[in-house]
Amino acid sequence: MKELMLGNKAVARGLYEAGVCVASSYPGTPSTETTEEAAKYNEIYCEWAPNEKVAMETAFGASRAGKRSYCAMKHVGLNVAADPLFTIAYTGVNAGMVILVADDPGMHSSQNEQDSRHYAIAAKIPMLEPSDSQEALDFTKKAYEISEEFDTPVLIKMCTRVAHSQSIVETGERVEPPMKEYVKDIAKYVMVPANAKKRHPIVEERTRKLVAFAETSELNRVERAKDNKLGIITSSTCYQYVKEVYGDSANILKIGLINPLPEKLIKDFAASVEKLAVVEELDPIIENHCKVLGLQVTGKDVFPMVDEFSQGIVADRLGEKTDEGCKAIEGLPNRPPAMCSGCPHRGVFFTLSKNKCRVMGDIGCYTLGSAPPLCAIDTTECMGASVSSIHGFNKARGEESEKNTVAVIGDSTFMHSGMTGLANIAYNQTNSTVIILDNSITGMTGHQQNPTTGFNLRGDPAGKIDLEALVRAMGISRVRVVDPYNLAAMDAAVKEELAASEPSVIISRRPCVLLKNVKKNPPVKVNPDKCKGCKSCMQLGCPSISFKDGKAHIDQTLCVGCKVCTELCHFHAFETQEGEEI
Amino acid sequence: MITSVMIVGVGGQGSLLASKVLGRAAMDKGIDVKVSEVHGMSQRGGSVVTYVRFGDKVYSPIIDKGGADYIISFELLEAARYVDFLKPGGQIVTSTQQIDPMPVVTGQAEYPQGLIEKMEASGAKVDAFDALTVAEEAGSAKAANIVLMGRFAKYIKEISKDEWLKAVEACVPAKFLELNRKAFEMGMNA
Repeated sequence: MKELMLGNKAVARGLYEAGVCVASSYPGTPSTETTEEAAKYNEIYCEWAPNEKVAMETAFGASRAGKRSYCAMKHVGLNVAADPLFTIAYTGVNAGMVILVADDPGMHSSQNEQDSRHYAIAAKIPMLEPSDSQEALDFTKKAYEISEEFDTPVLIKMCTRVAHSQSIVETGERVEPPMKEYVKDIAKYVMVPANAKKRHPIVEERTRKLVAFAETSELNRVERAKDNKLGIITSSTCYQYVKEVYGDSANILKIGLINPLPEKLIKDFAASVEKLAVVEELDPIIENHCKVLGLQVTGKDVFPMVDEFSQGIVADRLGEKTDEGCKAIEGLPNRPPAMCSGCPHRGVFFTLSKNKCRVMGDIGCYTLGSAPPLCAIDTTECMGASVSSIHGFNKARGEESEKNTVAVIGDSTFMHSGMTGLANIAYNQTNSTVIILDNSITGMTGHQQNPTTGFNLRGDPAGKIDLEALVRAMGISRVRVVDPYNLAAMDAAVKEELAASEPSVIISRRPCVLLKNVKKNPPVKVNPDKCKGCKSCMQLGCPSISFKDGKAHIDQTLCVGCKVCTELCHFHAFETQEGEEI
Repeated sequence: MITSVMIVGVGGQGSLLASKVLGRAAMDKGIDVKVSEVHGMSQRGGSVVTYVRFGDKVYSPIIDKGGADYIISFELLEAARYVDFLKPGGQIVTSTQQIDPMPVVTGQAEYPQGLIEKMEASGAKVDAFDALTVAEEAGSAKAANIVLMGRFAKYIKEISKDEWLKAVEACVPAKFLELNRKAFEMGMNA
């Protein structure tokens, strides 16, 4: 059957057809839909793990037990899971195991632009790179064959333009291999030094076999042009841009197995063309391989190391004609993303901004608290860093800092890697103040459940971790829950906990306003006769509030009636739909 | 021959459904098609772009400056923002809805005036109408995306009205089908 399919959905279809039985992932753009779509097949058990390391180890456990398994993460998630990655490269697998990592060149929704191909090389694990949805499906199935044939976990590398592009896919049937026998094998699976020393040469030998495989595998293919003037080596979405520019007029070596790279295939291709170019986003992985082989090649001397590519960039950098468009209109105001109308995080960041707090930020929707007008966040690095780094900040600056610095972290991020930072605060003692922004969901990636929500990936009731009890059990005795819609209560909580002479946790609790089960109130209105145009309400940076003809104005299609703005009005200018003063 | 369409708007306005309908209509016709979306942070009220390309054989899923035949826009400022992606003489189909971006909300900038004239001066053909009001007349402001697709359908000669309606049917939940059919037809006739 033919279907127009998202790359990530095609991966899920590949999992289904490959007979995968267990999938454990942590959500991260642009990888999330692979696991969500896999969960629509009853044959695949799917779960959200608390973080990528747990997900990878869970998938590895399932593989060792004898069932084909899967885990997925975004590029920075692979940093979290790097610890098991490097060692399961040594142990190998029982049933096939595939790890999907989705890079985000151009940083559409990420904090850095790292190139995950380095991990495949460093961990000595084969990596496949599909260039459209059909390949996403086919390569996923192929990855399981490679995993079992070569006794290795296999990485699939996606990027935003493959993961989040739809193209037409032909689907097949599911073939579920029988469960493999589990045999206790200490020499293979217990990586104490004596055993690991014996496994490492096996890994090197495996890589040699994989190089031989790469020379002839259909994953790498040559497309010949009429003449031999230009040869381009490329992979992933860049292959599509090259084809868009050159069609059949350039010789192309399309790489599907990005690690390990073939040697003879590349040398022969290079020898067959007058000029050789490599087109790859981010780092010069293929290019450097060519240089090690002694080949002269055009690559990062003309192509950028940053941002995503396009057909226009390929054409421009290789000296081809580019398109001229309509004239750009200058001076348009930009439209950065913002916290939604009624977002529960807004009340917290307004309070922190008003109290001129230093704020150690974290990863999630609430990173938008750094945007104008609130500008309430000082730092954002990676998952969990708010809680760990406030401790270091306070150790360095002492009481002065403890009295005005807070860490903010979401519920899902806290479960992911905030708990260990809090353990350090409790253990090594700083009077740090941590605010857990509990909106009962993983928001930014599009509403995934987590261990604090009480529901599993499929939305069925599941185990629920009690945040207050957890924090207390870790040794923090000052724990309080505040509704972020109540600005006075939030202000009091922040002031009191900063003043306290012991560490404290404030749980700012209100579900994400975009959740379907959250009741939206009717929008509020402004009585123009009472509004003095003081702009107090506009300090919130709410997308529903604008300023028209000297008065505040509420967009009736956007406002969800959270009434936080009404708490800031000194002139009782806000009204209900019925005209009653709020 | 490839037709390249950009669907632009503000995160949360429903551009993903619009691209799904167009992609589906092309695929059902047996035309090759690719759609590229961006998820994640920009969906939180930021400027969002979806690319749809269809024709004999489509390679790249994205569109560069000067590469679009059409821009479908849910919001006036967003139509103007991407005008340089349009081929000279290309067609813009836009709703006249205006949503203040954060710099306007916070008073650092003003919502630009005369955008339709500015787009025309840039070399674009502009078909602007109030899709939101039409959607409300059809039954829900949320159907503005389908109203716009109805209007856009008039420009795509190779896909018939019935084929469009079949694509709408395949892409929306059954309980909203009547609303969306109506929205599509009202868009076509707007």
